[in-house]
Amino acid sequence: MTVCNSCRYCEGLCAVFPAMEMRRAFSDGDLNYLANLCHACGACYTDCQFSPPHEYNVNVPQTLAIARAESYAAYAWPRALSGLFARNGIAISVIAALSVAAFIFGFAAFIDPEVLHGVHTGPGAFYKLMPHNAMAALFGVAFLYAILALIMGVRAFWRDIGEPVGRHADAGSLFQAMRDAGELRYLDGGGVGCFNEDDRPTDRRKVFHHLTFYGFLLCFAATCVGTLYHYLLGREAPYPWWDLPVVLGTLGGIGLLIGPLGLLAEKSKRDPVLVDQARSGMDKAFILMLFLTAVTGLALLLWRETSAMGPLLALHLGVVFALFITLPYGKFVHGIYRYAALVRYARERRMMMGHGS
Amino acid sequence: MVDLTRRFDVLVIGGGNAALCAAISARRAGASVLVLEGAPKFYRGGNTRHTRNMRCAHDAATEILTGPYTEQEFFDDLLRITGGQTDEELAKFMIHESKDILNWIVEQGVRWQPSLGGTLSLGRTNSFFLGGGRAMLNALYLTAEQLGVDILYDAEVADLNVEHGMFLSATLKKPVDGISEVRAAALVAAAGGFEANVEWLKEYWGEAADNFLIRGTPYNRGSILKMLLAKGVQEVGDPTQCHAVAIDARAPKFDGGIITRHDSVVFGIVVNKHAQRFYDEGEDIWPKRYAIWGRLVAAQPDQIAYIIFDSSVLTSFMPTLFPPIKGNTIAELAGKFELDPDALERTIADFNGAVQPGTFDHTILDDCRTDGLTPPKTHWARRIETPPYYGYPVRPGITFTYLGTRVNKQARMLMKDGKPAANMFAAGEIMAGNVLGKGYAAGIGMTIGSVFGRIAGREAAQNARN
Repeated sequence: MTVCNSCRYCEGLCAVFPAMEMRRAFSDGDLNYLANLCHACGACYTDCQFSPPHEYNVNVPQTLAIARAESYAAYAWPRALSGLFARNGIAISVIAALSVAAFIFGFAAFIDPEVLHGVHTGPGAFYKLMPHNAMAALFGVAFLYAILALIMGVRAFWRDIGEPVGRHADAGSLFQAMRDAGELRYLDGGGVGCFNEDDRPTDRRKVFHHLTFYGFLLCFAATCVGTLYHYLLGREAPYPWWDLPVVLGTLGGIGLLIGPLGLLAEKSKRDPVLVDQARSGMDKAFILMLFLTAVTGLALLLWRETSAMGPLLALHLGVVFALFITLPYGKFVHGIYRYAALVRYARERRMMMGHGS
Repeated sequence: MVDLTRRFDVLVIGGGNAALCAAISARRAGASVLVLEGAPKFYRGGNTRHTRNMRCAHDAATEILTGPYTEQEFFDDLLRITGGQTDEELAKFMIHESKDILNWIVEQGVRWQPSLGGTLSLGRTNSFFLGGGRAMLNALYLTAEQLGVDILYDAEVADLNVEHGMFLSATLKKPVDGISEVRAAALVAAAGGFEANVEWLKEYWGEAADNFLIRGTPYNRGSILKMLLAKGVQEVGDPTQCHAVAIDARAPKFDGGIITRHDSVVFGIVVNKHAQRFYDEGEDIWPKRYAIWGRLVAAQPDQIAYIIFDSSVLTSFMPTLFPPIKGNTIAELAGKFELDPDALERTIADFNGAVQPGTFDHTILDDCRTDGLTPPKTHWARRIETPPYYGYPVRPGITFTYLGTRVNKQARMLMKDGKPAANMFAAGEIMAGNVLGKGYAAGIGMTIGSVFGRIAGREAAQNARN
């Protein structure tokens, strides 16, 4: 920080350096703020004349990546579960496997084998295997738990990074941050592009991330629309392929196939000097969970009118359940903390420009 | 792999701003180009890695420049800082060419950003590189590679084969694929000054040179310059002249970079090892004076000095890499610097006694001055009396040297007899002395490099194809 603050050449590359320059001393909360503001684009490493092998040994992307991952564990709720962030890859894999196994076992144990391996079509077909109310209740609880844990986490983070700007976020900052997050404004090296395997700028990670993120949102939208259809219009899943929930889910699923595969490919090429190697398990686990969600979901869509529907449904539900309950304890949280950091940054900038609140 | 058996149109020795501008310019003119960078890839580019802006003339404000900076104003500034010691015709020519460089350099992939926070006075005159000098250098390398310029690293040149002002070939220190002789139709020498060659500096400075710190690359030992001068190229510039500033004495011997420089002089006083002041710390605004302090400290006994100030100004300047040394009393601070405590107390008491009342404003030439004190502090003089007291030890930090090769408007070297060389050109630090007889203005080094680099490349290419 001291080297960066006295040099400042990277000021125009992203949000981190202007935010850093607003301070002369750094508390732990400040470091967590800056670490989560960083989008890991790598430009400040390629541009830094003091990066290794220079004796000052400045490696901002890696330093902030390590601080970032530590912050996820520090703010996790409840505290007892923060240990899941250590050896996260294994933790996620085990939970996913158990979850899928539970669904398959549950289906096998509680459903007549004829029903399980039969062919079911038309509205309500899924619910012959698992009653809708049970499904909605189970996943609703899982989802609400995840939301609660995430809110508790980001609340602790927000308190820690609050001063001196204050704790109340205004609408303007919230919207600015939404735009910055939505277009990945700071994953850009200041306009030049990001750096992955070498010193040639590339936007591939950004593109794959957009596919993943918007794919995820589309799938989420599909679920919401389906829920509305069910409760407001009395129409039960599965829906025709041309109907809104299926269109949204298919597009989202395709995004969640290509995006994660692309992100994994880019990750495998990434220059190791930029990476927090200890946490790569956490990153890969989450990418794989998203990918599996898409694969199992699309497989279910393609073969829902065959006798494979039962097992495929169990598989998909198992993966989605595991995804939900591990949301607060894996890489997913990066989006929430980074968004909060962007809100704070938007606010700081506005105050600096004299717009106040 | 680079085929060294062929005869290149243009050989560029050096891998920094000037060299790359020459290489790109020559290549765009249709020449086959080889760049020999003596340093390993991470250290490529000499001092360019540490730069942050360039000073170009422009007639109107732009997206990143807050106002115009006419050729006349630029020339007046140059005359003032060099005390008239400049090749006026060449300088005017360079300033005129600098206008187009603003656009040309962007076309080669370099990007600008608004001037850095903390450098308010440069926002009108200087254009800052997005990501700093290393980003600018990387952009030029990318462009050069895409254009098909051949580049070799760790390719130090051991000898030049020059006959009667005509370059024939260069000899590599380490052969590549068994080949050490590199032949080309024209040479562009852009290999830097001799700032990292302490032995050579000692020839002019004596033992004092041992106490100099070199702010940038350890690879600029001036070997190409030495060879050229030995082969009959006319030299320009005073060998003791250079761009030197006061940097923290704790900085590394080489490559500490810009962050070791101290900009707090105007906020306090500066004393030598005898606790005596030796120059007016408030003579002019800092951007116009910082470039003389290197030589000032170099002239002091043991080339060491100490910036002394109190806690009232601790946060008035940009944060420093090395923390200030602290003392609860002046005597305690003196002890930490091995200064005579009585002498320092007396110096500060004399200073405080001479301070006149005034309204402090570090952005203008304010009326806070001393009366009846030698040397005076003509602006920003305030009593040093609020403990704790702080100090920075400083030594001369050399950026680059001014002794170089004389060139004409084609960036073509002139031989000792005054005749232009048949096929040898120079750009950057190695010929900066043509324009900078003494003194320095922020950003002008890069201007010299880019302007003469672009010209050298173009002329060398034309030379080669005739």
